[in-house]
Amino acid sequence: MASWGEARDSRLIGKRVTRLSGAEKATGRAKYTFDINRPGMLYGRILRSPVAHATITSIDLSEAEALPGVKAAILLIEPGKRVRYEGQEIAAIAATTNDIAKDAIRLIRFDYDELDYVVDVESAKADGAPQIRDDWMGNQSEPRVDERGDIEAGFAEAAVEVEATYHAPVQTHVCLETHGNVAEWDGDNLTVWASTQAVFGTRQNLAQHFELPENQVRVISEHMGGGFGSKFGPGVEGIAVAKLARKAGAPVKLMLTRKAEHLVGGNRPSMTQQVRAGATQDGRFIAYDLSGYGTGGIGAGAGFTGPYVYHVPNYRTEKSAVAINAGSARAMRAPGHPQGAFAMDSLMDELAEKLGMDPLAFRRMNSDSDPRRNKIRQAEYTLGAQEIGWHRRNSVPGSGTGIKKRGIGMGCGLWGGGGGPGTQARVTIHSSGAVEAVTGTQDIGTGIRTVIAIIVAEELGLKPADITVKVGDTEPGLPSRGSGGSQTIGSVAPVIKTAAIAAKRKLFGHIAPLIEAEPMDLRAAGGRIYSAADLRLSVPWKEATGYLGMETISEGGEWDENLRVGDTAGVQFADVEVDTETGLVKVIKVVAIQDCGLVVNRLTTESQINGAVIMGLGYALLEERIMDGQTGKMLNANLEDYKVPGTMEIPEIVSIAYDTDRKITGIGEPPTIPTAGAVANAVYNAIGVRIRELPITPDKVLNALS
Amino acid sequence: MSKEKEQTQGTPISRRNFLKGVGTGAVAASVAPTVLVGAETAAEAQMGDKITRAEIKLNINGKTYEVEVESRTTLLSVLRDGIDTGGERVDLTGAKSICDRGECGGCTVQVGGKAVYSCMTLALEAEGKEITTVEGLANGEQLHPVQEAFVQHDALMCGFCTPGFVVAAKSLLDQNPSPSHEEIKEGLAGNICRCGTYPFIFEAVKTASRKIGG
Repeated sequence: MASWGEARDSRLIGKRVTRLSGAEKATGRAKYTFDINRPGMLYGRILRSPVAHATITSIDLSEAEALPGVKAAILLIEPGKRVRYEGQEIAAIAATTNDIAKDAIRLIRFDYDELDYVVDVESAKADGAPQIRDDWMGNQSEPRVDERGDIEAGFAEAAVEVEATYHAPVQTHVCLETHGNVAEWDGDNLTVWASTQAVFGTRQNLAQHFELPENQVRVISEHMGGGFGSKFGPGVEGIAVAKLARKAGAPVKLMLTRKAEHLVGGNRPSMTQQVRAGATQDGRFIAYDLSGYGTGGIGAGAGFTGPYVYHVPNYRTEKSAVAINAGSARAMRAPGHPQGAFAMDSLMDELAEKLGMDPLAFRRMNSDSDPRRNKIRQAEYTLGAQEIGWHRRNSVPGSGTGIKKRGIGMGCGLWGGGGGPGTQARVTIHSSGAVEAVTGTQDIGTGIRTVIAIIVAEELGLKPADITVKVGDTEPGLPSRGSGGSQTIGSVAPVIKTAAIAAKRKLFGHIAPLIEAEPMDLRAAGGRIYSAADLRLSVPWKEATGYLGMETISEGGEWDENLRVGDTAGVQFADVEVDTETGLVKVIKVVAIQDCGLVVNRLTTESQINGAVIMGLGYALLEERIMDGQTGKMLNANLEDYKVPGTMEIPEIVSIAYDTDRKITGIGEPPTIPTAGAVANAVYNAIGVRIRELPITPDKVLNALS
Repeated sequence: MSKEKEQTQGTPISRRNFLKGVGTGAVAASVAPTVLVGAETAAEAQMGDKITRAEIKLNINGKTYEVEVESRTTLLSVLRDGIDTGGERVDLTGAKSICDRGECGGCTVQVGGKAVYSCMTLALEAEGKEITTVEGLANGEQLHPVQEAFVQHDALMCGFCTPGFVVAAKSLLDQNPSPSHEEIKEGLAGNICRCGTYPFIFEAVKTASRKIGG
C-alpha cells in the first residue's frame, strides 16, 4: 500500500517550494483566457437586460449587423420570453475590435414590457409579490425541516436561553478575470480557451450543446484568474461565444464586463435566521431551534449550515430559499458555511455570556462530535489561544477605556475536502531524463501544478523544477474532476503518487541488471539512482534514463483513498480595534489554524490560508451586494462601491498550516469559514454591544453604540 | 428618458457623449500634435469607422510601435489588442483590464517613469513618453528584483493581478527605496488582489527593497 512515508524522510513534502508558474506570472508571460489572441480573432459582447423583470417583445439586430466591423450577431433570448433579473442575456455580437463591439451593442434595438419585480427578500415573501419562479408556489421554497432529539425536553433542561436574529448579505465572487472564453472552430472541431475550474466538465457541456463527440471539443485553461466556485461550465456566455465563432467563421473572445460579473457571475446567498437556543447550568449546549432562509436570486438554493461544528443533542431547523429578481447564486468558497458559522459562533458567545462562562471554555465543552476533528480542534484551541493572547480579552465586554477599544473573539469551521476517484494521470520518463506529469485537472491559483511536481520529484529523487507538469487541457484525454469543494488535491495527489511509483519501478526494473543491482534495492535520491544494498552501485539520473534508448516509460496511477483524508477542523482568533467615534473596525491580528492533514507545499498552503482569511474579512466588514428596490438594479456592480479588501485592510495574519496526519487534504475553502464569526465576536468583546448583521460597517457600529 | 435607457435602447452615441466619456480636455490637448485622419465634423464622427483616428508612435519597453488609434483608445487597449501599422500585434497582455475604471490597478504600467492606470490613460497621452510594462522589467531571463521577490515569497496565487502589483511595487521602490510596512500598504493601495496575497506581497516588497539596496 502506498504511503507518504514519515516526515523525517521527506525531502520536499511539507517544505516551502516556490510556485512553478511564479516567474511566468510575475513577468506577465502567463497567458490567461483573457490574454489569448488568435489570428483573425473577433471580440464578442453581450447585450443584457437593463431591467429586473420584463417580457421581451422584439429584438432587431439589423442595425448592429450593418455596422462596419460587425461579423456576427445572435439572439440569446426569443421575443415573447421573460427576463427575470438585471443583466440577463438578450443578444450577442462579434466585431473586429472591442470598441466596435461596444458600439454595435448600442445599435441593437429591443422593446420590452416591464413587469413588477422584487429585489428584497422580505417583499418577495409578502402576499401579492410578483411570481418569480414558475416551478414554485409563491417565492419561498418548501421549507426543509431537520429534527433530532427532543427539543422541548432540551429547553426544559436549559438554565439559560438566547433568542436572536442573525443576518448575512449576498456576497459576490469578484473573480478578477471575469467569466469568459475564446472559441475557435476548425470544421466540426471546437477549441475553447476557458476561464474555468473544470476543463472536462466544460468540454462535456459544450459537446452536449453542439451535439459533438467529446473528442471533437478541446478545452484549455492553462492559467485562470480566480473562480471561487463560480466557474464550472461554459455558461450562457460560453455557448454564445462558440455560436458567434461558428457564425462568423473566425475565433471570438468574449469576456464578461466587470458589471456583468457582479450581476450574473454568481454569488453567495444571503442568510437570515431566527434562533432560540439553550444551555444547562453546567455549560452543556442542550437545545437549538432555528428558522431561516436566504436568497439565491432566481436560483433555487440558498442553504446554510446550522447547527454547526458544536454538538447539540436536541434541535429543530427549518430552512428555505426565497427567490428575488436578481442573478442566480452559485457555489462560493465553502457554500453555506461562512454564513452558518458567523451565526453559530455569535450564538455560542451569547450563550457563554449568559452562563457567565469563558466562550472558549464553553466551546471546548461542546466541541465537535466527530472524534478525529474534536481531538484536532481541542489542540487548535490551545494553540490559537496562546498565539492571540486569549487572556488579554476583556473579561467584561466593552470595558476597555478610550476612544479606540480592543477586543478578541474566535470562530470555528469544518470541511470535507478529501477528494475522490475519477482522475487519470500519467507520469512519463524519457531517455533524455525529462519527466512529465500530465492530468486533466486545472490550476486555479491553488498551486496544484507545483504540488504535482513536488510529489513526482520526491518519488524520483529530482527537483520540482525538473518536472514538466501539464494540466488545464482536455487534449491528453486524462480526465480529472472540477476544482471545487477543495477536492482537487485529494483527488489528484494519490493518482500522481501511484503513477510516479509505477514509473520509478519500471525504470528500476530496466536498469537494475545493467548496474548489477537488485530492483528492490534501488533508490532514487539527489538526482541519482543507487542501490541501498551497495552504495557503490550508483548512476546519475540522466545516465540511468539514457539506458532506456528508444523506450519511454509512461505509467498511469490509481486513486488510493489511504493517501488522503477529509473532515478537517479549523479555528480562528481575531484581535480588533473599534473606533467608537467613527465606527470603523480595524482588524489588528488574525490567528488562523487550519487542519491540513499532510501539508505538501507549506508556502502555497500558507498563501491559501492567508487568502481565505482575507476573503473572510471582506465578508465580515466590507462586502455586500446592494439592490435598489426603486429600480430593481444592483447599485454597486463595480469595484469601487462593492468593496473587497485592499492593502489597507490587511492585518497581521498568522496562518498556521497544521499538520495533523500523514494524509493529504484540500484546504482552499475551510479557512474562509471561521473569520467572520471571530471578527464579530471580537467586535462585541471590544464594544460590549452585539452586531448580528454582516458586514459590520461603521454605520452599524455607531447605531449599536448610540 | 434616462441616459442609461438611451444607450441600452440603441440611440447611436454622439460625438458629444463620447468626448464626455473620455475627457474632452485630454483629447483636445493630445490630438493637436498628431496627424488626424478621417472625419472631423460632429456629423461625420458618429460611429465606428467615422470616428476620428490618428496614427501615433508609442515607445513601449524600448521598442517603437506605430499604431492607429481613435481618440477614445486607451493605452491598455493598445498594449493588449493593438496592431501596429505593419500588421504586427503589440500583444503585451501582462497588464490586465479588471475593473476598466481605475479601481483595481490591474492595468498598471509606467509612463514617463510614473505608475499609471493604463485603462484610464488615453493612448494619445502616452505619445512621446517612455512606456514600461511588466514585460519590460526583466532583463532576458534575469528577473527584476521585485519579480524575483514575488516568486520567492509566493506573492501571487492565480496571478491575474500580479503584473499590476509588480509594476506598482517597482514604481513605489523607484520613489522610496526603503518603504516601511505602512508605506508599502499605502503605496500599493491602488491595487486589488482577490486571492488575498497581500501579506506575502508586503514581504516581497521588503525583500526587493533590500536587494535593490534601499
